[in-house]
Amino acid sequence: MVIFLQGCKLKCQYCHNPDTIDTHGGEEHQVEDLVQRALKMKSYFGEKGGVTVSGGEPVLQAHNLVPFFKRLKEEGIHTNLDTNGRVLNHPVVELLDNYTDLVMLDIKHMTEEGFQKITGVKNKETTFNFAKHREKSGKKMWLRYVLIPDITNTPELLHQLGNYFKDYKTIEQIELQPYHKLGIHKWDALGWEYKLKDARENTKEELQQAADILSTYFKKVKIN
Amino acid sequence: MEVQEIILEKPERIEFNKGVWNTSINVRDFVLQNIVSYYGDDTFLVGISKKTEKLWEACKKQTEIERKNGGVHSVDTETISGISNFEAGYIDKENEVIVGLQTDTLLKRAMKPFGGYKVVQKALQEQGLKPSEDINTLFTKYVKTHNDGVFSAYNAEIKKFRSLGFLTGLPDNYARGRIIGDYRRIALYGIDQLIAVKKYDLAHIEGPMTDAVIRLREEVAEQIKALKDMIVMGNHYNLELNRPAETAQEAVQWTYMAYLAAVKEQDGAAMSLGNVSTFLDIYIERDLKSGFITEEEAQEFIDQFVMKLRMVRHLRMAAYDDIFAGDPTWVTEAIGGMLNDGRTKVTKTAYRFLHTLYNLGPSPEPNITVLWSPKLPENFRKFCSKVAIDTSSIQFENDDLMRTLRGSDDYGIACCVSYQEIGKQIQFFGARTNLAKTLLLAINGGKCEITGTQMVDGIEADNSEYLDFDKVMANYKIAMKQVAKVYNDAMNIIHYMHDKYYYEKAQMALIDTNPDINIAYGIAGLSILADSLSAIKYAKVKPIRNEAGLTVDFKIEGEFPKYGNDDDSVDIFAHNGVEDFNNELKKLKVYKDATPTMSVLTITSNVVYGKKTGATPDGRALGVPFAPGANPMHGRDTNGAIASLNSVAKIDYKDSQDGISNTFSIVPKSLGATEEERIDNLAATLTGYFEHGAQHLNVNVFDRETLIDAMEHPENHPQLTIRVSGYAVNFIRLTKEQQMEVISRSFHQSM
Repeated sequence: MVIFLQGCKLKCQYCHNPDTIDTHGGEEHQVEDLVQRALKMKSYFGEKGGVTVSGGEPVLQAHNLVPFFKRLKEEGIHTNLDTNGRVLNHPVVELLDNYTDLVMLDIKHMTEEGFQKITGVKNKETTFNFAKHREKSGKKMWLRYVLIPDITNTPELLHQLGNYFKDYKTIEQIELQPYHKLGIHKWDALGWEYKLKDARENTKEELQQAADILSTYFKKVKIN
Repeated sequence: MEVQEIILEKPERIEFNKGVWNTSINVRDFVLQNIVSYYGDDTFLVGISKKTEKLWEACKKQTEIERKNGGVHSVDTETISGISNFEAGYIDKENEVIVGLQTDTLLKRAMKPFGGYKVVQKALQEQGLKPSEDINTLFTKYVKTHNDGVFSAYNAEIKKFRSLGFLTGLPDNYARGRIIGDYRRIALYGIDQLIAVKKYDLAHIEGPMTDAVIRLREEVAEQIKALKDMIVMGNHYNLELNRPAETAQEAVQWTYMAYLAAVKEQDGAAMSLGNVSTFLDIYIERDLKSGFITEEEAQEFIDQFVMKLRMVRHLRMAAYDDIFAGDPTWVTEAIGGMLNDGRTKVTKTAYRFLHTLYNLGPSPEPNITVLWSPKLPENFRKFCSKVAIDTSSIQFENDDLMRTLRGSDDYGIACCVSYQEIGKQIQFFGARTNLAKTLLLAINGGKCEITGTQMVDGIEADNSEYLDFDKVMANYKIAMKQVAKVYNDAMNIIHYMHDKYYYEKAQMALIDTNPDINIAYGIAGLSILADSLSAIKYAKVKPIRNEAGLTVDFKIEGEFPKYGNDDDSVDIFAHNGVEDFNNELKKLKVYKDATPTMSVLTITSNVVYGKKTGATPDGRALGVPFAPGANPMHGRDTNGAIASLNSVAKIDYKDSQDGISNTFSIVPKSLGATEEERIDNLAATLTGYFEHGAQHLNVNVFDRETLIDAMEHPENHPQLTIRVSGYAVNFIRLTKEQQMEVISRSFHQSM
């Protein structure tokens, strides 16, 4: 079960859910209603499934997620947080350390310049601090990385990524998300300019090459 | 040093473990004493053998000719089919390790006129043929058939309900099928012993000679004749069926011969095989262990057996395709499941059966049905999930639910979803009644909404501007009671006549004398009923009536919850609709004191039912197909796959013990990005669904685009198989209309 939370401080050029960026909008739901919905699905989760909150950027609503994840844990449901790691305040720490079984952390870019270009905001270090905190807590984490030819998918950047995280013990796998243009029509609908128009999609060989490089650093590499 | 001559001793076959199966006919006990459950994975499986490959090429060539011929390869117009009426037939004798065909030629169909002669004439006429002069004389002058019998006893009321589409697809002009012989018995005991036991039974059926006793004596005498005839059939192929099978190859061959006898004698709509894989595995394991055969040979036996099952054909008229599309035969084989003692019935031969879908490619037949339990070995659950994703050829049923509620761990699936204890129990199939049309009776003063014919008395004409929920509900109950009564009358006549004129003597010879009987009623239009009642209750529904006062359309003001979204406020109508009609049926007396059961299953008749049903209060227009089985209406289950599944799971199996069919289509990517994820997620979905108490799931994993491409380029998709409603079809053999209906179904894009 995936719940998309409204609102994000970043405006990534390739965002495929741009309609969730605005911090206004979306529907309001009571925590207990969502718990009940999750309970109806619980028997389908199997060993690996559970509730994933994504977005937007879910940690912007960490104060609401704490009671939600707390209830899910009481019901024995696995909790996943799909985040870009931009906030690490008190409620976020509480959420991470006590109630989040798995963090899926989105790494945008390994350089400050690249990070700013993609997200429109400064300071890539915030995400790395988030990762450091998770590593220290010893709890499970996956990394996610969008592959855009020449922009994020270059051997140099991939080696940088691998080198940075190679000693992390909490990282179970890295998921590679090949860039595609599926979100474009949503940007048009919002009247926003889609700045990545000229970017192209990865070839099969480029994807394989990226996976091969990262395999030398991570236990498991998955291409979505 | 002296050189000693080594004399190799011929290896001996290991003795089977003994049990009560040695002193009475009890195949289940043989399985319990000798089963070798398998917990490993699929890596032991081997590919197709040279011989099988050659045979399969020959079969594919002939099936292509059949398809180009409009669906029928050839027909014998001289011979009345029967257990031993055809000489031996082969595909390519030297490559066949399992022999036997229904007629003397591959895919040649045979006349079985005892169900109804006119049907045979019609089917032949559509091929530009007619029965031989002798046969024509016989069946027009001297022989009475099941169909003749039924229509001589039907009253005006039954005929009216039948012709106006309240009751559809009744087995009154085709064979009822659904009976599963215990085909394992010939392999385990040999026919001589089976005859001896039946003779003993006959000698002990004593007077007073009431109708029931006389009938039973006659039936057992017929069974003995059939058994003797099976020995003759075996002789055609030089097989000594009179004695037990001694080798693995013989066990497979003998079991197939028993099934072959059934499909030579009968052309029932569904002719299930039962649950033979676990049984056959015992022989295969024994021969593997003693070094008599290799894994290649074991797979070859199963591949060739399955190939023969794929080649079973019955002569049907074109109209039959409306209710059972795609020329199905329902050779349903139940695989997996658990024993009551906690061991699993999964064996290596369960894998070998599923593996035929790779060695021979996907196929609708045999209708492989996995009896699912979360307690099945994990490797097997994953393998089944993989096979479903790769082939869309198998279905899943809840073993824990059926085994615990119905009692036996030795059961097969009759047709699509119907539990049947093997060798101990049979069922009387009865198609289904149209609950959507029944609801319209409640709104139209008891008149058929299309013709205005008075069907049910005691319902007042309703002229109010908006439909009133309580009033509609009260009138619906009156209509339902009457429909149930007429339905029961028809069923009693049909089964009385079927026993009399087209008794299944071959199958019944392989079942205990005087078995338990379930009468299998059915309903169609459940989602229409639920959504209509929801619209009437939660929105405002204004009927538009014609001059005669009959509803022609409905205007809905406001929103209403729809079945298929896990919303109790509407799902309760589906649950109650099933419970109420079942309770009504349970009150009525049944021929041979059979126990009433009911199914929510439509096969493909949901299209024909829709055609015969006027506009309904849920907003469905005149003539639009129903959703199949217990499925939510296409496009109305908008809250994802799980919500849709949960709604269906609310229908209580206790109220519908003949089965609750749900056909589910999901696009591959919503199951996961990688194969491993898709396998895990489908397995988790099945476990989740069944833990909610659901009974059946047909699983299709493909994109709508694949089907559209297959419509346009059938030659590129010769073996594309899809699950429709409790069975699977070769997609390119459906009519355009049926293909469109399948394409319009909900393809879940998200869980």
